[in-house]
Amino acid sequence: MSILSVRGVSRSFVSAGHPPTVALQATDLDVEENDFITILGPSGCGKSTLLRIVAGLDQQSSGEVLLDGKRIVGPGADRGMVFQSYTLFPWLTVLDNVCFGLRERNLPRAEQLEIANAFIQKVGLRGFENHFPKQLSGGMQQRTALARALANNPRMLLMDEPFGALDHQTRELMQELLLGIWEAEKKTVLFVTHDIDEAVFMGSRVMVMSARPGRIKLDREVPLAHPRHYSVKTTPVFAELKADLTEQVRAEVIASQNIQQ
Amino acid sequence: MRPLTPVTPGARIALGISFFVLFVAVWAAATFGGFVSKTFLADPVTMVKSGYTLLTEMGFAKDIGMTVWRVLGGFLLAAALALPLGVMMGAYKPIEAFFEPFVSFARYLPASAFIPLLILWAGIGEAQKLAVIFIGSFFQLVLMIAVVVGNTRRDLVEAAYTLGASDSSLVKRVLIPGAAPEIAEILRMVLGWAWTYVIVAELIGASSGIGHMITDSQALLATDQIIFGIIVIGLIGLISDLFFKTVNRKMFPWAALGK
Repeated sequence: MSILSVRGVSRSFVSAGHPPTVALQATDLDVEENDFITILGPSGCGKSTLLRIVAGLDQQSSGEVLLDGKRIVGPGADRGMVFQSYTLFPWLTVLDNVCFGLRERNLPRAEQLEIANAFIQKVGLRGFENHFPKQLSGGMQQRTALARALANNPRMLLMDEPFGALDHQTRELMQELLLGIWEAEKKTVLFVTHDIDEAVFMGSRVMVMSARPGRIKLDREVPLAHPRHYSVKTTPVFAELKADLTEQVRAEVIASQNIQQ
Repeated sequence: MRPLTPVTPGARIALGISFFVLFVAVWAAATFGGFVSKTFLADPVTMVKSGYTLLTEMGFAKDIGMTVWRVLGGFLLAAALALPLGVMMGAYKPIEAFFEPFVSFARYLPASAFIPLLILWAGIGEAQKLAVIFIGSFFQLVLMIAVVVGNTRRDLVEAAYTLGASDSSLVKRVLIPGAAPEIAEILRMVLGWAWTYVIVAELIGASSGIGHMITDSQALLATDQIIFGIIVIGLIGLISDLFFKTVNRKMFPWAALGK
């Protein structure tokens, strides 16, 4: 049985005096245990909307989302999320940010610290436990956000362009870090991005969404073995898939530009 | 001098002090030079002398104590009630919808205009003084606190929910700590306003306090004492402001980062 199933989920926005805008057409998606699904699409195609509905931060207009067979009605600790914007709590240190969800579950402090320190180590932030978020670079903040989400041991990890605000080199390092953690921890990930390299390198499946109103128009297995080294980005298999996806995404970007003209 | 270029800490202090010096120098020149009649404006030296007399012989220290007590009493009372109400209004929109229109109206009611009414209700005792300060600060505090709490970054709220936060812990662990430094700033600002209300309250119907001394001195044309009283108020304001700023910096070290 799939861990997440999205059934006929659509989203339209109603604004007074205008016909409703359809952001997301009825969408079906099944996520299997230990999948790493990357979702590609032009901006405004509803990929973030889909992710936010799965997170419970947005309500679908129709359809339903099931996590382990149970209907999702709101946000919860079983779906950890990493956002594009820096969402660490500025008044908490790195350590206390990572402890946030653990404290919410009323774990004893010693246990919180044990778990938090293990994840801080995994994301390579040892020595920064007592720093405040504003004292960290963007990449370090996102690594803390990743540790914070992972420390909660969620069923799924939802990521909304988490590396989108980072510079290219930092982003590549973050991709390797996340991929390494995914390979080691056997997590299930839903990852939204508009970076094709990123989608292919990280994903076990890549989905391409159409221009607004969005729907999943392509679902492609990534035929690259794990563990993946960053050098796979230069292999023919990678290049071929990337070229194909580039065509697909490009067509949608052009379509979305035409809509707006 | 270029726009927005910072000054060194040393230069900042020196510049700040030099304006005080300039101010006193102009005042001294105007009075000692005979440009202004002594009846209307005492010179700085007379002012300091009579200030000393006030403190040593006329029990002015007790007046200062009374005024400080009134300000703190009325202000702490207002803050103690405004904090929970402001936080609840900021966090829960129906509560805000219920109170906000009335509070917005009430904050424009001038506290000093209540004095005659409050004298009627509470006499000229301490309750009346505290009530003036309470009215003057409470409604302002409630509104400003509600706005700050309501402006909490939505992405932080969403992050907290995806980490499993309940509604009540969202308020306790995100809304309040996130707004705390700004709330402390609001308290500092409104405490400054409370100082103006207390003096007004003491100008009318009081038998002690800095404001009372000022009214008494007016009857005697003792401008030296009036000016001394005003300067004491200014100094206490300055000290309490510095105290608040220091405490805020100590309590919320993260808020000053990256500024």
